[in-house]
Amino acid sequence: MAETLLQVRDLNAWYGAAHVLQGISLDVGKAEIVALVGRNGAGKTTTVRTIMGLIAKRSGTVLFDGIDLMTRQPYERFALGLGYVPEERRIVPGLTVRENLTLGLLAAHRGAAWEADAIDAIVTRFPRLGERLNQEAVTMSGGEQQMLAIARAMLSQPKMILLDEPSEGIMPALVDEMAELFIELKRGGMSLLLIEQNVELALEISDRAYNLDQGRLVHEGTSAELLADEAIRERYCGLITEHHDGA
Amino acid sequence: MSFDLIMAQLFAGVALGAVFVLLSTGLSVIFGMLGVVNFAHGAFFMVGAYAGVFILALTGNFWIALAAVPLLVGAMGLAVERFLVRPLYGRGSDYPLLLTFGLGYVLVEVVRILFGSDGMPFETPELLTGGIDIEGLGYFQTYRLFVIGMTGLLMLCLWLLLERTRYGLIIRAASRDPEIVAVLGVDVRRVFLLVFGLGTGLAALAGLLAAPMRTVNPEMGVTVLIEAFVVTVIGGMGSLLGGAIAGMLVGIVVSLTALFMPEMSTISMFALMALVLLVRPYGLFGRGVLAR
Repeated sequence: MAETLLQVRDLNAWYGAAHVLQGISLDVGKAEIVALVGRNGAGKTTTVRTIMGLIAKRSGTVLFDGIDLMTRQPYERFALGLGYVPEERRIVPGLTVRENLTLGLLAAHRGAAWEADAIDAIVTRFPRLGERLNQEAVTMSGGEQQMLAIARAMLSQPKMILLDEPSEGIMPALVDEMAELFIELKRGGMSLLLIEQNVELALEISDRAYNLDQGRLVHEGTSAELLADEAIRERYCGLITEHHDGA
Repeated sequence: MSFDLIMAQLFAGVALGAVFVLLSTGLSVIFGMLGVVNFAHGAFFMVGAYAGVFILALTGNFWIALAAVPLLVGAMGLAVERFLVRPLYGRGSDYPLLLTFGLGYVLVEVVRILFGSDGMPFETPELLTGGIDIEGLGYFQTYRLFVIGMTGLLMLCLWLLLERTRYGLIIRAASRDPEIVAVLGVDVRRVFLLVFGLGTGLAALAGLLAAPMRTVNPEMGVTVLIEAFVVTVIGGMGSLLGGAIAGMLVGIVVSLTALFMPEMSTISMFALMALVLLVRPYGLFGRGVLAR
């Protein structure tokens, strides 16, 4: 693994009295894609939400680029270069595509000219968003909204993005496009922590993977290894077929 | 019944409506964004009127009071949000509701101790006394015209702030989804703080502007709070445009019923509310999502 960017040690989280994360430890290197897989309710979303600072009751350490995140507010984590694309995209209703994109730029305080350039660049990368800049964002298709959510998180050029089920409910052609985008981002030096129900896709594009079950880590390894190893593949395959049946 | 009289009453209704608009805007913005049903809003209205009395006694200048009151009471609102309301976020909406309910009583008692229980007159500023006689339309009091104009101007500024500035974009986004705004790098707590201060300042300004049109007394915020809630519900909780239209509507309906059926004037707004809710359960411009 390359130099570590995100280091999580003994992470615990609670919803009220329910102890939903029990001692999760994981690493994400610089320019590395790490997949987080597991059944529904395994604690994947809670893991990334805790890393982002959105779960109030938690313990453990999260180091990002050598900086302790645990006492910091979500907006401070963003400022340190940690982006987050939550599940279900969370495009703000009532706002246009351009306004949703602008939200991703506000915290930078770099001035209108810089913002216009940044939006131009993102529109070149995502032409479909460019055609719809003044349209209310929630009227776009699910795939387009997902692209918008990712673009919004990319605009500030973070060091790492946490992605929660980006391929959910999106047509296959767009999923492929998205996979290409993730690899492109990685080549550009960005790290990704990717939650995916589509385990096959996740293992194909990721460098390493962690398997969560009932709030604990049950397995970890390089993605190539996991894809190659029959026994492990069998175990993960449950997830794979589960997903494909559903999709 | 003469045309002049109806016009005069209609005009009084618009002026009354202007006060409702200012008051319910603050209430609505605070609810829309923070999810706090602010029962202290009427008390801030009353405190605004008394702060006006106090500054007027000190300086003798209405214009200084007009500028200072929203700032002073707005600052008070900042302190209330920071130290009393903020610790209650994430605990369910009844906590801030009960807190502001109690705070309203505390403010009324404090004003009673400082200024006494009796009502106080509030002189119309000299520059704004008198009126304008428009042939064929009627006689319009300058002060009421001023209140209507001020409200129009403030609502325009507020609209520009919300729709045309970066801060407005943050406020609009955070009122729909505060978490997304936070993970995009905005300190949402600070936005909440400023919005609460802004809403409180508007309530105080409404109190000051209303003072020359009614007597100033410690209970003046109680009825007006109910009226502001009615306006907010008619307009749709969290909707700025809805609040503005509903405020005018309620002001006019109350004034006109006072002319035709005086005994019905206080309940006319509730009848209007019932009527609106029957047709549009979330108010005229409500989004239909009240729970968070």
